[in-house]
Amino acid sequence: MDFDFLGDTMMKLLAGVPLTLQLTAISVAIGAALAILLAVLRAVSRPGEYFVRFYVFCLRGTPLLLQIFLIYYGLGQFAFVRESILWPFLRQPYWCAILALSLNTAAYGSEIVRGGLQSVPAGAIEAARAAGMSKLLMYRRIILPLALRQALPAYGNEMVIMVKSTSLASIVTLMEVSGISYAIISETYRALEVFLCAGSIYLVINFLITRAVAAVEYRITPHLRPVST
Amino acid sequence: MIRLARTLAACAVLALAPGLVQAKEWKKVVIATEGAYAPYNMHAPDGTLIGFEIDLAKNLCERAKVTCEFIAQDWNGIIPGLTAGKYDAIMSGMSITPKRMEVIAFTRNYSQAPTTFGVLKNGPLATMPMNDARVSLDDKAQVDAMVAALTPVLRGKIVAAQVSTIQADLLNTYFKGVVELRTYPTTEEHDLDLQAGRVDALLASSAQLRGTIEKKGGEVMKTEGPLITGGLLGKGTGIGLRKSDTDLKEMFDAAIDAAIKDGTVKALSIKWFKTDISPAS
Repeated sequence: MDFDFLGDTMMKLLAGVPLTLQLTAISVAIGAALAILLAVLRAVSRPGEYFVRFYVFCLRGTPLLLQIFLIYYGLGQFAFVRESILWPFLRQPYWCAILALSLNTAAYGSEIVRGGLQSVPAGAIEAARAAGMSKLLMYRRIILPLALRQALPAYGNEMVIMVKSTSLASIVTLMEVSGISYAIISETYRALEVFLCAGSIYLVINFLITRAVAAVEYRITPHLRPVST
Repeated sequence: MIRLARTLAACAVLALAPGLVQAKEWKKVVIATEGAYAPYNMHAPDGTLIGFEIDLAKNLCERAKVTCEFIAQDWNGIIPGLTAGKYDAIMSGMSITPKRMEVIAFTRNYSQAPTTFGVLKNGPLATMPMNDARVSLDDKAQVDAMVAALTPVLRGKIVAAQVSTIQADLLNTYFKGVVELRTYPTTEEHDLDLQAGRVDALLASSAQLRGTIEKKGGEVMKTEGPLITGGLLGKGTGIGLRKSDTDLKEMFDAAIDAAIKDGTVKALSIKWFKTDISPAS
């Protein structure tokens, strides 16, 4: 093992961590908001349900790699896209990657939230109705808090997957951790050491995320804790 | 116990056997190519590999009396794949550079095309100084003149190159901090992004650029700026081989020499590039 090389590689790869975290944080934030919207839309209206089912069918059924390619290289082929007001965004690989990642995670996320919504006890909803709550108030006070608490463990899974998915952004020229590691490998031809370093960076990031999710889970489920005596 | 020892010995012999057979004589050579570097090598619509290097390899293998098989391999992993023994040779528009020669061996060069810029005909860099002027990176005066002339024009522009190529190296060496460099896994992708207007210029082999301009969609592009050779751009394109396979190098060196002498390389170059990029013999 060449520790100088490992150290040097690690320093270069760490420079890509902010971009990896940014891509994850922004796309998870947009994706989570979209996921809740989609799940509620699916629950409250029939046409909404068909739309959401079709959306999830398409986004979940195709590889993320293809989605990034289609959004980045595909949209750029059309002159009307290049002349539209969206082009300043779509021109940049950064926003194309965010768009693809967000739309993708929204599809998975909406299914997770749907599971949460369906697990809300009928009794809680009946009680809310009996108390005379409007539908909006009922969603805000009763259904969503219970549903999201239920969905959190599965959603933590999705966040971890998103961290790893950002590695695909390197195919549209973004130099995040994986992009940098490909560049180092093609300069030094030492795949093993570089991928080991990159892998350990992802491990650490995901370790922190799973711990954070576990901490939140602990906080919002006081009723599941053993009573201290 | 004796049986176990025998089995182990037999396994050891079997494990060594392919090495022994290969060292004796080459019957079949597996050549890796990227399949995305037109017109050096590319995929035909039916999925087969075609291009200048495929035709040239067929000719060289006939001369050397070996059968050759092409496989497509990503540019990114093409050198590690060779050293790991997944194939025996690389023919993929790969320039002979000192950096690569630390890891693998090369045959003599079979083509030599200068590096230049590719731009949009109606783009921001449609006219550049020193157009078609020859610049050798071995000549310091010429390099200084090129950097002085191009720096003000390129400042703040986005220039694309394929990742880990001599062209990316050139931009990092002479125009670092001047241009924003974007690196792409394949040249096909940077061609698309130039056509979409996401980048202002490409830096690539003039032969590859000419191939792109010939293709559908390429008519909006043209080559522009100086024709650069020498220095870190290397000595042209050669076949990449493992350092241990010296017999293979001798075999291909002789075949390339013969193919240059009798005009085969020139004929193939004109067929695929519409210009002669064969090196002097």
